[in-house]
Amino acid sequence: MLSIQNIHAAVEGKEILKGINLDIQPGEVHAIMGPNGSGKSTLASVLAGREEYEVTEGSITFLGKDMLELSPEERSREGLFLAFQYPVEIPGVSTTNFIKTALNEKRKYHGLAPLDAVSFLKLMKEKMQLVEIDKALLTRSVNEGFSGGEKKKNEIFQMAMLEPKLTILDETDSGLDIDALRIVASGVNKLRNKNNAIIVITHYQRLLDYLQPDFVHVLYNGRIVKSGTKELALTLEDQGYDYIKEAFGATTI
Amino acid sequence: MKEEMEVLEQTIGSEYKYGFVTDIETETVPKGINESIVRLISKKKNEPEWMLNWRLKAFAHWLKMEEPKWPNVKYPPINFQDIIYYAAPKKKKALNGLDEVDPELLKTFEKLGISISEQKRLTGVAVDVVMDSVSVATSFKKQLAEVGIIFCSMSEAIQNHPELVQKYIGSVVPMTDNYFAALNSAVFTDGSFCYIPKGVRCPMELSTYFRINTENSGQFERTLIVAEEESYVSYLEGCTAPKRDENQLHAAVVELVAHRKAEIKYSTVQNWYPGDANGAGGIYNFVTKRGICLGEYAKISWSQVETGSAITWKYPSVILKGDYSVGEFYSVALTNHLQQADTGTKMIHLGKNTRSRIVSKGISAGKSQNSYRGLVRTGKNAINARNFSQCDSLLLGNQCGAHTFPYIEAAHPSAIIEHEATTSKIGEDQLFYCRQRGIDTEAAVALIVTGFAKEVMNQLPMEFAVEAQKLLAISLEGSVG
Repeated sequence: MLSIQNIHAAVEGKEILKGINLDIQPGEVHAIMGPNGSGKSTLASVLAGREEYEVTEGSITFLGKDMLELSPEERSREGLFLAFQYPVEIPGVSTTNFIKTALNEKRKYHGLAPLDAVSFLKLMKEKMQLVEIDKALLTRSVNEGFSGGEKKKNEIFQMAMLEPKLTILDETDSGLDIDALRIVASGVNKLRNKNNAIIVITHYQRLLDYLQPDFVHVLYNGRIVKSGTKELALTLEDQGYDYIKEAFGATTI
Repeated sequence: MKEEMEVLEQTIGSEYKYGFVTDIETETVPKGINESIVRLISKKKNEPEWMLNWRLKAFAHWLKMEEPKWPNVKYPPINFQDIIYYAAPKKKKALNGLDEVDPELLKTFEKLGISISEQKRLTGVAVDVVMDSVSVATSFKKQLAEVGIIFCSMSEAIQNHPELVQKYIGSVVPMTDNYFAALNSAVFTDGSFCYIPKGVRCPMELSTYFRINTENSGQFERTLIVAEEESYVSYLEGCTAPKRDENQLHAAVVELVAHRKAEIKYSTVQNWYPGDANGAGGIYNFVTKRGICLGEYAKISWSQVETGSAITWKYPSVILKGDYSVGEFYSVALTNHLQQADTGTKMIHLGKNTRSRIVSKGISAGKSQNSYRGLVRTGKNAINARNFSQCDSLLLGNQCGAHTFPYIEAAHPSAIIEHEATTSKIGEDQLFYCRQRGIDTEAAVALIVTGFAKEVMNQLPMEFAVEAQKLLAISLEGSVG
């Protein structure tokens, strides 16, 4: 589904990603872990197409298409979803209207007619239950005045509505208390199926306890330095990132 | 990021759709202003002597006045001798009906989306169309006359209803009010007149469409709406002009009179040519609009969507004279490129228990400057006057400016005056968030701007709300830089 080959990327001339390789198949959950500044969020931004991040080398293929040729909105409509670490507030635009616009843009891209009001409301109701989001939030402006937990729930709700093929959860666990974490994780689990894939970017094991990744990759200094199964995450939790730093040298950070 | 800016610029800076010129034979007077031009205009309109004398008095006063310098706008000095004060499409003969309007003119207004022909109108909106200095046609006159409503051009009103015109003209905006109002009083050429008799609820929206066509001409129209006791009218004006490299002056006066328990709702969709992206050309829109709630429980409500003009200078105001009268002002002012707007309102509370509400939404993009200027004054007899003001500004990009100048003068301790203001910016983060959800930059900006302006848009008559919303999106094209 996603094939990342030797991706190098820079921000303001500074190289952050130094040759990432990663293959993801439908149905898989990949966790990407690593210390601060290792390039985790840069990888998410590169995949989503943020223009401040310049890809200097390598290729990314997504569902058979050259992803680097696609604009951020095209990537989204093709089925890429990024759950933001810091969801953005958009005053004056109701969450419902925002999601409706997004959904209909995607439908238009795929040659489908816009969803009528009745079908849209029905879909919303169904997905609201799935991710346990409060109905009142959806009439409010996008993320405006939402608590940290509500913002993350809103991200997962949008994921549910847009039914992406590939989801990137960028530190979705950050700033969540244990109850919110459980609700968010259970929402994600309900959305998992054999046709979609998830990349989980996180510092900590606790989200992985819920999500049970198929693969765990350790990102360090712009490269994936170690890959393994979920046990690798446990080792990291045990020994901390220092052991990675020692093993792979902190020559250039 | 840079690419995003470019996309924004391309998508948001779309062309002004109404920039064409109609090739029509036009009768003009020589450039410049002096007493004989004032006399000539009056004569062309076959006006009674009192009207001419009023004009001459205004002109004499104007000569003694100075152009105001306090607005937060910059422009080179206007050469008032370089303006044509009267330009009229030549009539082949006297019109007996709408069918006889010059087809070229009909085509022009069709192109602008304004159908003068009554049969073709889908909605019940009566229109008076003004091209350059004169009213071209007014629709639905007969139907309105059946319920006693007078809706015609100002010129016709002066001929056919002189007693009404004489009674009310200058009663809300005196000829001496300000520099541009005085100029208008001397040289106004046409406009709309509307009279709603006692107890009548106007059965349709009334509307005037202003079009400037002739080069070097200025447009000086005057609109007067009188609503007798317990009557109601909703009125809308729209305006466009061709694209030209030089600036053109539009100095209008609008007066509203609401008697006891009458309600006037006045909406404006202002889309004068704003000039090009480099600031060449565009209309100077220097307008005086004021209404007075004469009687108890009268209500005047201004709604405006301002997207056009190189410079906008206008403060639709309400004098709340009658006890329990209500004044409202809802405004969306959008500036892009090098446009400048200094706009707002004045709410003058004189009567007891008067209330006013101000909602102003300023959107600045490009290198434009957008100022809100508002005055809330409560007089010494205005017991329990209340005002609520909300002024919000939205910035797109880093080179534009938003300014707020609220003035509050309360002369009675029982007044309650509230003012809230916010400033926000459409950020790269917001745009990227939208794009990640599949909403492209153009649609994202439209979504955000629409959300921002919603409260005001909801005040517009339904027929125009959709159009106004599209206009916002179009005017924003090429906006962020």
